[in-house]
Amino acid sequence: MIRTLLSGDLPRSRLLSAMLLAVFFGLALAPFLVPGARSLNVAATICVFVVLVASYDLLLGYTGIVSFAHTMFYGIGAYGVGLALHGMGPSWWAIFVGTAGALALSLVLALVIGLFSLRVRAIFYAMITLAVAAAFAVVASQLSDLTGGEDGRTFKVPELLQPSYRLLDAEILGRAIDGKLITYYLVFFSALALFLLMLRIVNSPFGRVLQAIRENDFRAEALGYRTVIYRTLANCLGALIATLAGVLMALWLRYVGPKTMLSFEVMTDILLIVVIGGMGTIYGAVIGSALFILVQNYLQVLMAQASASLSGVPLLANLFHPDRWLLWLGVLFVLSVYFFPTGIVGRLRSKALARRSP
Amino acid sequence: MTAISHAAPQDAALPKVKVDVLPLLLVPLLALLMLPLVGSFPTWVTLTVAGLAMGMMVFMMASGLTLIFGLMDVLNFGHGAFVSVGAFTATLALLPMKSWVEADSVLMNLSVLGLAILLAMLVTGILGWAFERIIIRPVYGLHLKQILITMGGMIVAEQLIHVIWGAEQIPLQLPTTFRGAFIFGDAALEKYRLIAVGVGLTVFVTMFLVLNRTKVGLLIRAGVENGEMVEALGYRIRRLFVGVFMAGSALAGLGGVMWGLYKETLTAAIGGEITVLVFIVIIIGGLGSVGGCFIGAMLVALVANYAGFLAPKVALVSDILLMVMVLLWRPQGLYPVAKR
Repeated sequence: MIRTLLSGDLPRSRLLSAMLLAVFFGLALAPFLVPGARSLNVAATICVFVVLVASYDLLLGYTGIVSFAHTMFYGIGAYGVGLALHGMGPSWWAIFVGTAGALALSLVLALVIGLFSLRVRAIFYAMITLAVAAAFAVVASQLSDLTGGEDGRTFKVPELLQPSYRLLDAEILGRAIDGKLITYYLVFFSALALFLLMLRIVNSPFGRVLQAIRENDFRAEALGYRTVIYRTLANCLGALIATLAGVLMALWLRYVGPKTMLSFEVMTDILLIVVIGGMGTIYGAVIGSALFILVQNYLQVLMAQASASLSGVPLLANLFHPDRWLLWLGVLFVLSVYFFPTGIVGRLRSKALARRSP
Repeated sequence: MTAISHAAPQDAALPKVKVDVLPLLLVPLLALLMLPLVGSFPTWVTLTVAGLAMGMMVFMMASGLTLIFGLMDVLNFGHGAFVSVGAFTATLALLPMKSWVEADSVLMNLSVLGLAILLAMLVTGILGWAFERIIIRPVYGLHLKQILITMGGMIVAEQLIHVIWGAEQIPLQLPTTFRGAFIFGDAALEKYRLIAVGVGLTVFVTMFLVLNRTKVGLLIRAGVENGEMVEALGYRIRRLFVGVFMAGSALAGLGGVMWGLYKETLTAAIGGEITVLVFIVIIIGGLGSVGGCFIGAMLVALVANYAGFLAPKVALVSDILLMVMVLLWRPQGLYPVAKR
């Protein structure tokens, strides 16, 4: 049963399985385990980022394409739903229309960019996507009549998902069953389904071809696979799933804005997570996202203490300033590209493999 | 037959190199085409000079990147970091010597600007050496890792700027005599833009002369064409790599100083923002081609300025549109470099 669900791609390491189970149960029971709106927000962000990063892994880790336009697709999803709900009022129909429109736009854009630049080399694609994504972000923040500009848009979600809605009068395990909880589980189960879908994709014959292209595209072509078509398909799939991740995020936050949805910082976050977690594993997205977002939210507290204790030393205090957490993750990123190119997951797996066959 | 017939007389001229003139015509053609659209001549002059100035600054930043790519097949996604570092280093000279900046004398203003540029180029050059050594050397030939690692280097560099200079914006003052504009008839030409054009032209001419008239330049061009052959002939191409990388970084630093003064405020993201434009320019020019990069920079900047005046909404995506059009015409860029 579990083998089928995971498409035969088991974690293959005891420690990794334990970590994955911890993340899974942590997220599944988050509303009951930890009180407070902030920690629930952290849990929902982890869910969305697992999907977003795994869809990026489909490109970077499995196909060997470096794209910088992934936040663009994420943003399209978020803005699609956000603007539809803002314009048409809070209804399920608006969510459907927004999602469908966003998916269509993402598909067209991914197809055009892909066909335009994927026939050339990886580096070329990276530069083109960077340029397109930057232009898209500028356009989105400039068309302020439509998108709300820099401020973004807040909107109402259907009644079932609103925080004030009560499904049951009674509390379960000390927690009211309200709209926020329902939204959380909507996000959680959608993320889970998308994650399993991606696991299915990469372990299908199609996924094998992608890996072949990553390893040696010339040879894959020689074996009779049209690499351009496979690359473009992977690109479109990644874009569509990222769009859905954007939809989930918008529903959770009930807000869309360029800073949280389209900025280049989100892109660097994705890159950091996928590399530190482990490229080409899909599971890396889970471990990486959980670690990264916990660090993002709680490392700053630690760093504030370190900074305070070092406040006498001028430069060192700045080095540990809470806003500089990205510096340390950046260093970790560079080191992991050099020394653990397969990330945490790859490392754990190869260790387990070494133990099994001495 | 006693005489050995030579294949060719010794002093026969080498076959003429074909000059591809079409891209050269693009810039003047574009400028002329826009004249009737803009409508008034003085406005057109102002726009054109503004475009040229911006193009020169972008060229300074892009030329190093395209040369590094051509020679070493390394695309440095962290190139923007050198732009930021250059701009921030300039504050080390410009802020303490405030009296020289504020003095109403061209000589003092020029010397303080020169000092700032020199310092910035020195620092970014050395930083480039370290960057090549630590970040890039282990990943020669591995594109995927190069992109990731230089991106990581960029993040770290940007954060380090925050650590050293603080997270706030730094206002940067233009030297007194460089402010304002010359008025010719109805056309206003900002002085600083003219200076930028001057510096940019100097860089371009120097670079052109070094590449085409010196032995080092010959080796660099040969290296772009076929690195292995240069190595086989006994030249240490590694040293050439390092030299070009340092020079390219220093140029980015120079561009950073000029750009920072042009914007008059500094944030650590200044390099990251300009990187996108720089990439578009080198794609348009053809990866690895300095001449193409120059034309690309001019085109992008001119189009941005004209579009900003004629149709502000289009200006947001004008560079992308330009890139698409150029690539539809020549998929490898204006001047494709043979190997790549």
